[in-house]
Amino acid sequence: MTYIIRRLFQVIPVLIIVSFLVFLFVYLSGDPVALMLPEDASQAEIENMRKVLGLDKPFIVQYGIFLLNAVNGDFGQSFIYKQEALGIVLERLPATFELMIASIIVSTIIAIPLGVWSAIRRNTFVDLFISSSSILGKAMPNFWLGMMLVLLFSVTLQLLPVSGKGTIYHLILPAITAGTAMAAQLTRMLRSHMIEVLSQDYIRTARSKGLGSFVIIFKHALRNSMLPVITIIALQISTLVGGALITETVFSWPGLGQLIIQAIHARDMAVVQACVLVIAVFVIVVNLLADLLYRVVDPRIKYN
Amino acid sequence: MSKLLQINNLKTVFYTEEGQVPSVDNVSLDIKKGETVAIVGESGSGKSVTALSILGLVPSPGRVVTGEILYEGKDLLKMTDKEIKKIRGNEISMIFQEPLSALNPVLTVGKQIQESIELHQKKKGKRAKEKVIQLLNRVGIPRPEKVYYSYPHTLSGGMRQRVMIAMALSCRPKLIIADEPTTALDVTTQAQILNLMKSLSEEEGTTILIITHDLGVVAEMADRVVVMYAGQVVEQSTVYDLFEKPEHPYTKGLLDCTPKIHGESEELLAIEGTVPTIQNRPTGCKFHPRCKFTHEKCKEKDPELFTIKEKQKVRCYLHEKVIEERLK
Ligand SMILES: Nc1ncnc2c1ncn2[C@@H]1O[C@H](COP(=O)(O)OP(=O)(O)O)[C@@H](O)[C@H]1O
Ligand SMILES: [Mg+2]
Repeated sequence: MTYIIRRLFQVIPVLIIVSFLVFLFVYLSGDPVALMLPEDASQAEIENMRKVLGLDKPFIVQYGIFLLNAVNGDFGQSFIYKQEALGIVLERLPATFELMIASIIVSTIIAIPLGVWSAIRRNTFVDLFISSSSILGKAMPNFWLGMMLVLLFSVTLQLLPVSGKGTIYHLILPAITAGTAMAAQLTRMLRSHMIEVLSQDYIRTARSKGLGSFVIIFKHALRNSMLPVITIIALQISTLVGGALITETVFSWPGLGQLIIQAIHARDMAVVQACVLVIAVFVIVVNLLADLLYRVVDPRIKYN
Repeated sequence: MSKLLQINNLKTVFYTEEGQVPSVDNVSLDIKKGETVAIVGESGSGKSVTALSILGLVPSPGRVVTGEILYEGKDLLKMTDKEIKKIRGNEISMIFQEPLSALNPVLTVGKQIQESIELHQKKKGKRAKEKVIQLLNRVGIPRPEKVYYSYPHTLSGGMRQRVMIAMALSCRPKLIIADEPTTALDVTTQAQILNLMKSLSEEEGTTILIITHDLGVVAEMADRVVVMYAGQVVEQSTVYDLFEKPEHPYTKGLLDCTPKIHGESEELLAIEGTVPTIQNRPTGCKFHPRCKFTHEKCKEKDPELFTIKEKQKVRCYLHEKVIEERLK
């Protein structure tokens, strides 16, 4: 418990740094007032608007105000949606979350059998095939893979919808697109850890008890290889968010990724800021959860 | 007494980059029901590989290439995967040297013992758990209900080895193979574990094959001894003869370098030279480069295992004459 509290305190400086960077980025990207007012606005009107928005104050004061408001959940109004920025972002969060969970599931479903299989058949053709496929899987750009999948499954075979969100079928292609890179990395990781685990003494003990290969692999070996798997998933959450930006755009998936890209294009800075901070909090929380999950998987880890 | 296990001309090789290297080279030995046989020898002499060969557990790139291992008359080497799995942990079980690494770190010790019981006996769930607690009690583990839920890393070395023993005993095997069961433990714990193994095997009438490099352990436990050197059996005798009338120069060397006070020797180091690596085994008698009595013949041809009396065999030319004379 004290461990969790300590970890939560460590989160605070991270959030301050992230918020500062976000603010700096928006600050440097120029004056939003010009966009918010009609093109023929007078200099006086512009000055007035700047005052209202507090843009005439020194940088550090502006940041202080931003931070204070952000802590209270106030990122200002989105001038496109004419709503609270945070509200819009939180509305989109579940869709992204759904896509990420789906892609984690897809990648684990792919990676566990492949990783295990190439470990027990190491240095055979099967292993070589799986290993080279995973290099390919990691190297394939997200948007390209997404478009190829759409071409094959939606356009040619007409099995799955092209884009949008709704049924479980809508989820399949985006999940595969966002999950492939992680599946590839997980497979490689799992393979090397399984090989190591399978040479351990306790596997020999398990064999000496008369257990079958299935029990040995899935009960004795895989549990010991789960730790790195969880680590990779946790580390990949940030990559997944990045992948989601692209995947969501390719598939018109109404999540954070789509929102942030639209907001950047429209220079809707309140939304951009809220988005980035929400994503940061999200990534931090997931990493914390992964940390706690280690303990469940490996009883040797103590948090002291 | 009838033979429980009979190993005939076992040869186990490892396929390495330098080609086939024999870890176990034509080893024959037998174990009678109820007997405790010890295999001794310096490390690298092929003791563990011999033990692993019995249950078909030789790790790749190793493989048994020739020989037979008869268990109650049936050849373990010819058994199908399914048949040998019924023997493992059930009729023949193993105890390993390093109990911490031999136990799975992410499963509770209770679960690990229970697994064998559920696999080989018709007990499931609660009844299997009761049996585990009973076993933990039997091997002298205090508060077994609590230890049942413990992970291996939370126990002391001695407790872990007790857990291994409980696991080995769980299906009341006829033969227990213990590969250096006390090497990783401190001296006091060693004595406790040996006593435990001894009393349990007497109660159950279990046959034991114990592997060790510690002649103290041999004196404590064994009825008969097999001395191995460089993958071969160099001497076989009763414990009494081994200590009173060792015949092979290697056995004599082992005895000479063991301090008489039991328990103080950690390694057998004092014979000059070291065990040749498998790749560099000499021609002729494998021991001749380290032997005080080497003559020309020793360098040319490997001596056979001469039977010098009913229960003693020696692989040394010094005994060839004795036999020839007796035959005349
Ligand atoms: N996994 C392995 N791979 C290659 N060689 C091995 C392996 N295990 C054992 N050996 C070889 O077999 C020989 C005998 O080993 P072992 O039976 O473990 O000796 P010990 O008498 O100390 O138990 C060693 O010298 C080693 O070279
Ligand atoms: Mg050994």
